[in-house]
Order: sequence, then C-alpha cells, then structure tokens
Amino acid sequence: MRHLLSASDLDRDTAVRILDTATEMAATQGREIKKLPTLRGRTVVNLFFEDSTRTRISFETAAKRLSADVINFAAKGSSVSKGESLKDTALTLQAMGADAVVIRHHASGAPHLLASSGWLAGAVVNAGDGTHQHPTQALLDAFTLRRHLGGPDTAGHDLAGLRVVIVGDVLHSRVARSNVDLLSTLGAEVTLVAPPTLLPVGVSAWPCRVSYHLDEAIDAGPDAVMMLRVQRERMSAAGGGFFPSPLEYSRRYGLDARRLARLPSHALVMHPGPMNRGLEISAEAADSVRSVIVEQVANGVAVRMAVLYLLLAGGPKEENT
Amino acid sequence: MTYLIRQARLLGEDPVDVRVEGETVAAVAPRLEADGARVIDAEGLVLLPGLVDLHTHLREPGREDAETVASGTAAAAAGGFTAVHAMANTNPVADTAGVVEQVWHLGRRAGHADVFPVGAVTVGLAGERLAELGAMADSAARVRVFSDDGMCVHDPVVMRRALEYVKAFDGVVAQHAQEPRLTEGAQMHEGVVSAQIGLPGWPAVAEEAIIARDVLLAEHVGSRLHVCHLSTAGSVEIVRWAKARGIDVTAEVTPHHLVLTDEEARGYDAVFKVNPPLRTQADVDAVRAGLADGTIDIVATDHAPHPVEDKDCEWVAAAFGMTGLETALSVVQAAMVDTGLLTWADVARVMSTTPARIGRVDHLHGRPVAVGEPANLTLVDPAARRTIDPAAQTTASPNSPFRGRELPGTVLATFLRGRPTHLDARLAEARA
Repeated sequence: MRHLLSASDLDRDTAVRILDTATEMAATQGREIKKLPTLRGRTVVNLFFEDSTRTRISFETAAKRLSADVINFAAKGSSVSKGESLKDTALTLQAMGADAVVIRHHASGAPHLLASSGWLAGAVVNAGDGTHQHPTQALLDAFTLRRHLGGPDTAGHDLAGLRVVIVGDVLHSRVARSNVDLLSTLGAEVTLVAPPTLLPVGVSAWPCRVSYHLDEAIDAGPDAVMMLRVQRERMSAAGGGFFPSPLEYSRRYGLDARRLARLPSHALVMHPGPMNRGLEISAEAADSVRSVIVEQVANGVAVRMAVLYLLLAGGPKEENT
Repeated sequence: MTYLIRQARLLGEDPVDVRVEGETVAAVAPRLEADGARVIDAEGLVLLPGLVDLHTHLREPGREDAETVASGTAAAAAGGFTAVHAMANTNPVADTAGVVEQVWHLGRRAGHADVFPVGAVTVGLAGERLAELGAMADSAARVRVFSDDGMCVHDPVVMRRALEYVKAFDGVVAQHAQEPRLTEGAQMHEGVVSAQIGLPGWPAVAEEAIIARDVLLAEHVGSRLHVCHLSTAGSVEIVRWAKARGIDVTAEVTPHHLVLTDEEARGYDAVFKVNPPLRTQADVDAVRAGLADGTIDIVATDHAPHPVEDKDCEWVAAAFGMTGLETALSVVQAAMVDTGLLTWADVARVMSTTPARIGRVDHLHGRPVAVGEPANLTLVDPAARRTIDPAAQTTASPNSPFRGRELPGTVLATFLRGRPTHLDARLAEARA
C-alpha cells in the first residue's frame, strides 16, 4: 500500500490486514502508556481544507500515539477562491519533508491529484474528499462491525454474510460510497435506503441493493443499521429541494424508537457523526444499548494508527519507493 | 507565386496535378507541366478544400494568456483550417459591432486563416435581452452566426425572438444547449462514473430538453437553428426527428465527443473536463452514426485553450474545455475514415463545405477544388502517425486531451488563397 485514496482500491486481504493491525493497535490503547515508538522521527501532516475537528483529532491522536511528529495545516480557502493552489501547498509540504499527508478536501479527487501529480513524495491518506470517498471511516465501521459481530477470534476474518443497511443522503455521502465498496469487498451484503432524490443516477452499478423503504429493510432483520447525516439545508429550494420537509424525512427515513424496537436484538446502530438528533436518528436510538456510535470514535483512532503504520512502517520497502 | 501540387489524391480519389496561380486554382488535370511553378510532391497525400471551423475560441480580447487571434489562427492553419468562426465569449463579450470588428481586424492582420467573428445573442451573454445583432451583421465583420456559447439562451422567449430576428439577414442562432437549472454545479456526465467518483452530474436530458424545445421553436417561427457540440444519443434522435419533419436545423459534433468517454474522468485529470461533458460509449457510437448518416452535419472543434494553472488543479476548480484545432482532422480520420464510416469526400463535406454554408461564408470557403475557385487547400498525409505533444503544438495552451496518444494523419500543407499558411518541412525540402 503506497497511499490510501479510496476504499475501492483495497482488496480483501489488504483490508483484513488493516483490520488485524487495528486490532493490535486497539489492544495497546488499553494500556496505561498508550504511546508506541514506531513512527518516531516521521512527520505526518494533517492538511484540512474543510473544517472537521473530529476527523483531524482522530488522525492527530493516531499519529501521536505512534510517536510521529504532527503538523496541522488548516488550509482555508481554495484555488476556486484564488487562495494558494493545491499544487503550491503540496510543494510546500514536500519541501518541509512530510512523510505522510492526511488530506480532507471539499473537491472530489483532490487526494488522487496529490498522489498522482508528482508534487509530493510522501504517502497520501484520504480523510474525506467531496462526495467521493472517506476510506478510514469505512475501515473503522468495518472494524466495529467485525468486533461486535465477528465472533470471539476475529483475526484474519472478513465480514462474509453480514447484512448492513445504510440509510440517508447517499447522493452526497462519501461515507456511503466508501462503505459500499469496503463492506462488499469484505463479503457483507449492503442495502442502501434513501428517498430516490438522494440516490445518485448510476447507483445501480454499485455492489449493493437499493431500497426506498426503511421499514422493509428493518423487517428484513439486518445485522447493523448505519444512519447517515442529512443536512437540513438539502430540503430548501436553494439546497436542491431533495425532500419536502425534515418532518417528512424523519417520518420515512429516521431511526426512531418504534423502528429501533423492531430490529433484531443483536443488531448494531451506527452513525459516522456528527448526528442530527431528531432528524435521521432519535435520541432513543442514538443512546440505546445497541448504539456503537461512541465506540466508532475510539475505533477510528486504532484504524488510523493501523493505516499510518502500514503506510509508513509496515509494507515491504520496495513498495514505499 | 505559382505552385504545382503534383499527384495529390483529390478528396481521396485518383491522383491529379493542381496548379495554383496567385489566389486561385488555375488548372486541375491528371498531368500538368511544372512550367516554372514551385512543385510540391504530393504523392500519397489527400487534397481537401481548406477546412472551416464553425466553433473556435480564440480568447482575444481578454484572455491573451490562453490564446490570441494570431496564435489561434496559426494553430488553425497547422490543423488544415483556412477559416475559423471565433466565439463571442471574450472579455469584453463580442456583443457589439465594435468588438466583432476588432476581432475581424486582428484576424486580417495575422493572416493565418480567415476569422469570422460570431456575435453574442444577448448582451453580455446574460440571456436577458438581445444584443445589437443587426449592427454586427452590417459591420465589416459581416456576422451571420450568433451564439451565447458557454451559456445557453435558456429563456424560451429570448430564444424565440433571436430565431425570428436573425431571419432579416439570413443569420443563424447557434445554441449551446444546456438547461441551466439541471446543470447547476455540474462537473461531468451524470451516470455510472459520476456516481462512483463523486462529481456532480451533467445529465443528458439537460441538453436534449433544450434541443427539443429549440427545434420546435425554429419550426414555429420558420427560422434556422444550429445546435452546437451535440453530445448525446438522445440529441441525435431529436435532430433526426426534426430533420425528418422538415425543420431547418443543423448540428455539429466535436472531435473529442467522437472518441472519448466519461471513463477518462476516473483519474481526475482536469484536461478531460469539458462542456458538454464526455459521455458514454453508447453516446460516442450514436454521434458517430449520426455523423455518418448526415443527421449531424458537421464536425466543429470547440477549440477551447486554457493556461496550465486553469487545469493543473482540483477537478471542480478547473476550467471547462480542450484544444482541438491541431488534432481535429486526425481524430476524424481515426474515428470516421479509418473505420469506414466516412470517405475523404465526406470529410470535405463535414469539415469544409457544410460549415462554410451554415456560416454563410460559402462564397469564400468550402468551395470545390476546380478551375477559377479560390485556392484554399489542405494536404494531409493519411499514412503518417504522430504522438501528440502539446508543447510542440502551435496553440498557446497545452490542454490537449490527446497528449501522449498516437493519432493517424498529419496536415502537411495549408493554402489560404494560394499562399501557404502552413508548410511542413518535409514538403518544403522536397520542393527545393
């Protein structure tokens, strides 16, 4: 693995290796001294063109627990607004000797551009690009699913046979795209549930099922339900008019107490955060014993440690040239 | 100067000798004596009437960093063109007699190809009120093609008025068909690829809905409509239907829509970002079929130069457009001639005769290669193969989507009224 740009770039064995490594990383995080010396002397840059405190802190924590030096680069503005171009920013980071660049960008494909342009020599980790991909989110979701539903000894195992329902604004969601790719690679059956307006034209080519009805998906007895954040502004005319009102949205697609009660007893409730309580998920669902939403955050650190470790210290040397 | 073009395959047929004296074709015969003329050995080369582009962005005035009238027309000559129609989306917009005359004069001064300015349909391309179309028609630039290209004349009343108004001077409205509300923020063709790579989609229906509306408007007011850079299978069907119904509509396709698909976007290389966007293979097949059966009348380049920094960035931040003047004939050869869909005579029709007629410059260009006609000629070596290197091109901008690809066919000479505007070193040496 040279970069981590898209969940679709991961084959089953690579994905399982990341999850296994994350399991080892998570085990170290229960210790009193959490820090490992693995990446001492290496520099990880968090290059964030979008505000995302939780993702940045997660990557920062992961890198620091591996003893890497961390530089946080909040690059406000973009070449659209005639700020510094992505190219010049990349050349600056290259001159500073970044071993890895973790990039969050509002433009789909920006991490791909960084990795393929020759501007940077270091590894590029996609921390979310536009409406394209957020591969570490999918990895932490897969990690969480495997930990809870994968039996006593998860090492080396994928998610074969698990049934996962992903609900909400698929059209604008990099989390949905990443999870469809990764979970299907790992053998899970994914069903997307959304109003037709919030599904992309072309979704039929994705390796998943599509439904317009949350109740049907719940009655099919899934192993996990992942709720996506829905932005309230999407309903306004200026925001695209994707649904008539928040009330209608939560009535048809929200995970409320009634739907929660109909889920199988082992089913997990997931959410990538930040949540809109009362819109896509009710307080009862978010705070229920089935909810693993807070644990997802903790697992995010372990998964990102694993990714940074494998990119910077793990693989055979010739892959890193 | 007198030239004897020896043993060229006129329109790809049997070899002939063509004698050019001054500005005109003086003789065409199986064998002619040199008789003091400079001899150009054209054995194996195809001789075409000088190509005419109905859709070129020369960028001057306003974006001389991307292209000038001089550099763009030199690129045109290198690509075999003797005439280009310069689109109106300059800065200032070509929406007055003053601006179109400026562009026309710049073209005359450069002398590489005849420049026929296109006038804007609406003031500032804003789509709200008609520009002074009559003043542009009556100016020295003698404008006959009007287009807000880059923007769609989306208001149906404004479009109706424009179609009606240009009848007074035999003009044509060339529509950039793009329903604006359906394409807000659009970055690429909406379909399987856009869904996967997460770029906002530009649906085919946004083009087709406007074309359908416009052919019906043209029928209603009895006017002439030209459809710019048609790109979808559905658009081909609509134009085919309109023509069968007797509606006076013509349509163009770009070279890039004949060969490239939305799969190119997967690498996020913004050189493939263009408007209308690259479509699917089914659309490519449909526009090729449409060009072959005459539903699509012409090939036009939509040559759209941009400087490096407007492409070397995030896809959403990049400018739309690709260069095309110096690759158009090669792409048409690859897509249409080498595949057996068109003959060289057909190429002359879709890249010279018909575009000249649509632009109402057919008294000057797109003429037959015959005695007494203006010597606007293009010599192409169809057997040559070349790898496209933007740095070696004449255009001032590097955004060719064919960078690094091998294409068939090389233009070896272009004559504008008997004067070589492009003469490949191979022919220049052979002459001596």
